[in-house]
Amino acid sequence: MNGCPVIEFHLDARSGVSPYQQIVQQVRQALRLGLLHEGDQLPTVKEAVERLAVNPNTVLKAYKELEHAGLVAARPGIGTFVTRTLSDASLAAHGPLRQELGRWLAKARRAGLDDESIEALFRDVFRSSAAEGVA
Amino acid sequence: MTAVVAADGLGKQYGRRWALADCTLRIPPGRVVGLVGPNGAGKTTLLRLAVGLLRPTAGTIEILGRAPGDDAGQLGRIGFVAQDTPLYPALSVADHLRLGGWLNPRWDDEMARRRAGQVGLDPKQRAGKLSGGQRAQLALTLAIAKRPELLILDEPVASLDPLARREFLQLLMSIVAEAELSVVLSSHLVGDLERVCDYLVVLAASRVQLAGEVDELLAAHRRLTGPRRDPRTLPAGQEVIEESHTDVQSTLVVRCGGPVLDPAWTVEELSLEDLVLAYMSRAREQGPADRTLSVLR
Amino acid sequence: MIRLTWRQFRAQAMAAFGALAVIAVLLAITGPQLVHLYDISIIPCQARGDCSAAATALASRDSVLQGLGVVLVIVPGVIGVFWGAPLLARELESGTYQLAWTQSVPRKRWLAVKLGLVGLASIALAGLLSLMVTWWSSPLDRVNADPFTLFDERGVVPLGYAAFAFALGVTAGLLLRRTLAAMAVTLVVFAFVRVAVTLWVRPRLLTPRHIISGLGQSPGLGTPSPPQPGDWVISDATETAAGRVIGQNGAISYGGGRYGILFGPQGNGRVALQGVGTCPNQFPAQAGAPGGRPSAAFQRAAQECIARLSVKQVMTYQPTSHYWPMQWYELAIFAALALVLTGFCFLWLRRRFA
Repeated sequence: MNGCPVIEFHLDARSGVSPYQQIVQQVRQALRLGLLHEGDQLPTVKEAVERLAVNPNTVLKAYKELEHAGLVAARPGIGTFVTRTLSDASLAAHGPLRQELGRWLAKARRAGLDDESIEALFRDVFRSSAAEGVA
Repeated sequence: MTAVVAADGLGKQYGRRWALADCTLRIPPGRVVGLVGPNGAGKTTLLRLAVGLLRPTAGTIEILGRAPGDDAGQLGRIGFVAQDTPLYPALSVADHLRLGGWLNPRWDDEMARRRAGQVGLDPKQRAGKLSGGQRAQLALTLAIAKRPELLILDEPVASLDPLARREFLQLLMSIVAEAELSVVLSSHLVGDLERVCDYLVVLAASRVQLAGEVDELLAAHRRLTGPRRDPRTLPAGQEVIEESHTDVQSTLVVRCGGPVLDPAWTVEELSLEDLVLAYMSRAREQGPADRTLSVLR
Repeated sequence: MIRLTWRQFRAQAMAAFGALAVIAVLLAITGPQLVHLYDISIIPCQARGDCSAAATALASRDSVLQGLGVVLVIVPGVIGVFWGAPLLARELESGTYQLAWTQSVPRKRWLAVKLGLVGLASIALAGLLSLMVTWWSSPLDRVNADPFTLFDERGVVPLGYAAFAFALGVTAGLLLRRTLAAMAVTLVVFAFVRVAVTLWVRPRLLTPRHIISGLGQSPGLGTPSPPQPGDWVISDATETAAGRVIGQNGAISYGGGRYGILFGPQGNGRVALQGVGTCPNQFPAQAGAPGGRPSAAFQRAAQECIARLSVKQVMTYQPTSHYWPMQWYELAIFAALALVLTGFCFLWLRRRFA
């Protein structure tokens, strides 16, 4: 497709996540949400560095990891382009999942949980299910 | 691979006080090096020794494979921006760029003008009337347009407002992205360094407390939280950097060779800032540089 | 480096040489008038041998411009304070040396160009001013009875003063690293050295001539001629045979006289010559009016005593023929000082910084 980068990066200095991880996550997120399609170009290292004031090696590392995961491919002298999206299989399921989640949230609020309790509850269940998944 | 900065037992003494003592470093090329430490720790001294503005009292230092000397070749390979970005107040921005051309054989005039324009510097403006951020930009342009292999910056953003700081770092990083350049950047503000540096040197109490690649350092340190415990009972290979205890709880920052397997600990990774602070507070507790350690080699 | 030094020095140079140009114009306009006046008033009277009135009239002309001689005396000091002291001090004080010494120019070359360009400008400024003043003043100097009093403001010595003051300022700036302190120190030290050389060194630059005579007597045959008008009389002292000075100017006084050779009563009817001994001859009972000049009889007795005690009058002076050699010697001294200070600056620079 055209050579204009579709997304821009941002860094959250306080997220506790390292800069390169944040870039990887933001690319994956964009792929998941369908913002990035096959053939779209990621920001060049120079563009990303100028916008974020971040070490170029950080961007390179992030792109290398994405390349390793098969999501992007670097074309020397031109840029880095998306080769595969993450949204194919799961995007279809987003709609119904959103609705279910909305209903659950309504239930939680009716039961009297405030926002923080809802978040804490979600995180707790999320973590324990993830741990069960690993173990 | 020649280290870009190689110091061996480097020290500088003023009167009775050692501003820098027993400094040994091997910094690989191509990195953006953050030199962190509290004020008065010896950062400026180390950088001045590197650039040849000071003579060592003890030990040696080599930059790009050679001792800092007073010859045009060596001077041309290193760009330096001193603390408080000294500039000639009566000379204009354009005068300063011309000065760079007169005094440096490898001066890239086109790049200098382009960058000065990019950051919004008015060529006719006198340097004495520039804002702090603009002075930093001009000083950086002067240092970079002579096409050095190594760029040394002494607290370049210390007195800048957040926006000027961000713009300076953006300029610096885009320069690094373009050219094969090593950068040594000193600061007492750790937050900026986290996004910009891939090699870290912590200088406190006039000594090097920690030096290494940021990724490796972060991977080698952990914060352990758990029930109160005497740190001396930890297994060998886990070096305690910082410890704090309440009646029932201990929090330790440790340097570990491998994974921490003891289930009693909650293990967390550290941010770069926390890591630096841990080493700086350890240095403060250990006291100032040992004066008996004045080995002259 | 030359271009940078010029760029930094530009404003001061233009101000100074601009002022010089203005002075040059003033002198060029009034100079020929002075020559003309000399021709019509002095040359005729020299034939008659009676020039004092005409000389006085000439000497009172253009007294304001004669003040330029004084300007010439202070210009070297001003150069040292305003061109020399800030040269390095300003860079060291403001931190710009960190910028200058990390370009691709070695420190030695940086210093050499700065010293060379501004130093030469200093010497040129003083030299041109001296040239102009000397040229303009030549009619006046020809009727001047005392050329040595204007030694500092003529000829070649101002170049030496300028070079020395400049080098002194630069050295002070390098050592003190503070502009104002360097300026003050330069001024004080320069003034001190100038005064010291004028008082203690200049009289001895060339061996002065001595005239030795008995008091009140003309010098005998075989001694060099006494001082002529225009010679610089350095001292006129009364000395014992051993060379100890007991008085000045050959004046004789008695009792509580404050100057001259002192005679005093010795209590046993004799008169003693202070610092020498008892006079062997008889003195009149009355010395003369109390506190005033001794009587003629007393003076005769005093002369006899002096002769018999082998006291002599020694007059030390530099003849006018020594004027130009002394100029060159004094120039050499200040030039040598300037060179020593310059060398010191280079050594200091190399020692203190890598």
